[in-house]
Amino acid sequence: MPVVNWLKRHLVVIAGLVTLAYLLLPNVIVTVFSFNKPKGRFNYQWQQFSTDAWKDPCGVADMCGSLSISLQIAFWATIGATLLGTMIAFALVRYRFRARGTVNSLIFLPMAMPEVVMAASLLTLFLNLGAQLGFWTILIAHIMFCLSFVVVAVKARVMSMDPRLEQAAQDLYAGPAQTFLRVTLPIAAPGIAAGALLSFALSFDDFIITNFNAGSTVTFPMFVWGSAQRGTPVQINVIGTAMFLVAVLLVLTSMVISNRRNRQKA
Amino acid sequence: MATVTEAPPLAPTPEKKPPRKRGRWTPYWLLLPGLLWLIVFFALPMIYQGSTSVQTGSLEEGYKVTWHFSTYWDALSEYWPQFLRSILYAGSATILCLILGYPLAYLIAFRAGRWRNLVMVLVIAPFFTSFLIRTLAWKTILADSGPVVSTLNSLHILDVTNALGWTAGDRVLATPLAVVCGLTYNFLPFMILPLYTSLERIDGRLHEAAGDLYAKPWTTFRKVTFPLSMPGVVSGTLLTFIPAAGDFVNAELLGSTDTRMIGNVIQTQFLRILDYPTAAALSFILMAAILFMVTIYIRRAGTEDLV
Amino acid sequence: MTTDNSGDVRLSGISKTYGSFTAVHPLELTVPQGSFFALLGASGCGKTTTLRMIAGLEEPSSGTVHLGDQEVTHLPPYKRPVNTVFQSYALFPHLDIFENVAFGLRRRGIKSVKKQVEDMLELVQLGEQARKKPHQLSGGQQQRVAVARALINTPKVLLLDEPLGALDLKLRRQMQLELKRIQTEVGITFIHVTHDQEEAMTMADTVAVMNAGRVEQLGSPTDLYENPNTTFVANFLGTSNLIEAEVDSKSGDDIVLRAGGGKLVLPESRCGAPTTTGGKVLVGVRPEKISLTHADDAGEIAENRNRITGKIADSSFIGVSTQYVIDSPVCPEFEVYAQNIDRDARLVPGAEVVLHWNPAHTFGLDAAQDIDAGVAEVEEEAA
Repeated sequence: MPVVNWLKRHLVVIAGLVTLAYLLLPNVIVTVFSFNKPKGRFNYQWQQFSTDAWKDPCGVADMCGSLSISLQIAFWATIGATLLGTMIAFALVRYRFRARGTVNSLIFLPMAMPEVVMAASLLTLFLNLGAQLGFWTILIAHIMFCLSFVVVAVKARVMSMDPRLEQAAQDLYAGPAQTFLRVTLPIAAPGIAAGALLSFALSFDDFIITNFNAGSTVTFPMFVWGSAQRGTPVQINVIGTAMFLVAVLLVLTSMVISNRRNRQKA
Repeated sequence: MATVTEAPPLAPTPEKKPPRKRGRWTPYWLLLPGLLWLIVFFALPMIYQGSTSVQTGSLEEGYKVTWHFSTYWDALSEYWPQFLRSILYAGSATILCLILGYPLAYLIAFRAGRWRNLVMVLVIAPFFTSFLIRTLAWKTILADSGPVVSTLNSLHILDVTNALGWTAGDRVLATPLAVVCGLTYNFLPFMILPLYTSLERIDGRLHEAAGDLYAKPWTTFRKVTFPLSMPGVVSGTLLTFIPAAGDFVNAELLGSTDTRMIGNVIQTQFLRILDYPTAAALSFILMAAILFMVTIYIRRAGTEDLV
Repeated sequence: MTTDNSGDVRLSGISKTYGSFTAVHPLELTVPQGSFFALLGASGCGKTTTLRMIAGLEEPSSGTVHLGDQEVTHLPPYKRPVNTVFQSYALFPHLDIFENVAFGLRRRGIKSVKKQVEDMLELVQLGEQARKKPHQLSGGQQQRVAVARALINTPKVLLLDEPLGALDLKLRRQMQLELKRIQTEVGITFIHVTHDQEEAMTMADTVAVMNAGRVEQLGSPTDLYENPNTTFVANFLGTSNLIEAEVDSKSGDDIVLRAGGGKLVLPESRCGAPTTTGGKVLVGVRPEKISLTHADDAGEIAENRNRITGKIADSSFIGVSTQYVIDSPVCPEFEVYAQNIDRDARLVPGAEVVLHWNPAHTFGLDAAQDIDAGVAEVEEEAA
């Protein structure tokens, strides 16, 4: 039975593609419905094709404002978390010190903690301190939960780095600062970049912790959440689709460029 | 980077040290800002929350620590169904993620060839569309009159799920099935990525060696591939289960009042009812339960080095 | 002394301990300016630690390091006029070949490096590859970049840490000659760490054999090979047949020994151990010094030669020579390498033979040592 044999041999591939379809289906729906012209307030049912929302992406009150707040917070959270996380990662890989275990669990716990728990406890702190909830409390929270992910990403990279490279730099007359700038940092850069990218994505997309600590500030995910109650404008789908496309295009072009560069050199 | 401007108080007298022992304090300077951040905004809030959970009082009159431990008991006896549901839903979602995610991770690691990077991008790219937007899309996919529900209906699958209590009537939306489906969808990449990382490290020649030693493909998988991917399985299941157990977004958007999870309760208590002690006690119980289960799981799976 | 001694390396009482483990026992060693010096030993013998203490990458637990008249014991590596060719090269993966080679010059603030780097790349025959990244080069090319990157700084001393370990045999031979050529050309002191005895003997003019954190013996390759002082050196450097023998008497400059049923003669000058009549001595002879004669022709062997009888247990033909393993009452696995000039067809496994050699090729060692010291290390490195 050739058909059965073929199926048997490609079972993994078929199952994998089914999962991939499951993962991508909502994005297809989001894209398709960005061209919808819904009748009521909710954009859940297909009515008719329209490019209205694409022509006027900021046509919904407050949406683009919330988008800009989210982008700003993601930007600063990325910088803060990457800086602090990279420093911790270097300390963990490169130095021996006391209380290593405690440090490790302090890094690990935020990743092993449900977001609601962190969100709620952070809110109790802010309430107790009488802090004004808003941009700054969101930023503080985002740096806190992105930090551990940066540490993990950078640590992996620094750990796989040959310590002889730094020794070679020192042997070639580079002092500690020069060694760090000229050798360690460039080689760790992909790990740091991965951590930064992850931070940006986590921060930009965070809803649970933000929702607790935002006060009256509205980020983009909070706007979407609110609209799920009040009515979903098509523009939400436009933003979602655009961001998906931008991300895919960016990654694909960078892949094509690096492919071409490798081919030229080889 | 941090520079030592003056001798830290505990430093031994520097003259007696050989000149190259400098840099002793460097790790502490590197750790200080980040750890301080985590201590103040992660550890300290936990302590605050602990104390809030044993306070009594009201919003108007203020709260006082009265070591009122019965809040825990009350919270548990009132909300145990939501706790149970959270663990049940998160557990089902985790198992589904493992079943669905493994083939895809395997595909990327061993079978995708030159498509590997593209498939990888497709797994990660949805992250850039806000997960709330994507979760809302499931409302469309699972809509009562939509093709999914009618297909399930005509295949009489809904009859089975109805009998099991996973769905109700002719609907999928607002049922446990929809919530689990949403949870699975949302946390699937967190399963696939660690699985892929540990599968990718496996030397492809091991498969050939196993085949050479008379193992059939399925035996090779059971005896070689799967055990070697255990670190990925462990971290994948943790990364899926933990956030899923505390999630309230899927239950809120895709579920009904009958599918409320513990996250929903905490969120409502904190942000709407403003009953801080109960909310704090609930999140403490959730945290303790998860830490307990995670510790046991890691012990049994034997992978300590997760960070 | 009128000669320039700024490239001398002088280690006095230098040692390294990690907790309770002593990697290097207090060591006295002087490497004269311009020599090609090899530290030879199995992995974990302390040779790399010694090298790293000279480079400044490891701080000695005691003792001092001098370069010429300058004490450098506590100088950090970037302040020492010493450069290293690292094991597996440690080329900077993010920099191209040109920048790798220019690295040291740039760090010392030299602005116009182009000419120097190009000349150096020519010296190692890599002019064409200047703009490639390290991973695009072959192992041999990477090795040459590592040498160029170190040499361009005209260090007083060049340290080489297993520089050829990652290369295949043929390339390794080629690079050995290449390195030797470069050393003769630039005339600076080379200190070379290796576990490969052949490599050490081909390249170095002085070899220090290290074992368990100590230098067992120091000398020229010929000297070490012909006159090993210890069983470790005898076994680690090439192959030795060691026989336990009893001192019988002395006649002139020779010691007469009894081993098994027969007599062996050992020149007194070649015996490193004290000899008293009745005492034990280990007698050694290298496999290639021995001739094999079939037992039927035993009468043709000259009278003054040392002889032992035995039976061929195994033989393997390896082109230039045939290697025999002989089962003999005095030594269970006697090795003999015979040149394939006139092969006696009767010399096959099972044949009774007489082994004989010129007594001048015999050396004597202290019998108090482990007879197999160094054998395991050789096997381990070969694996």
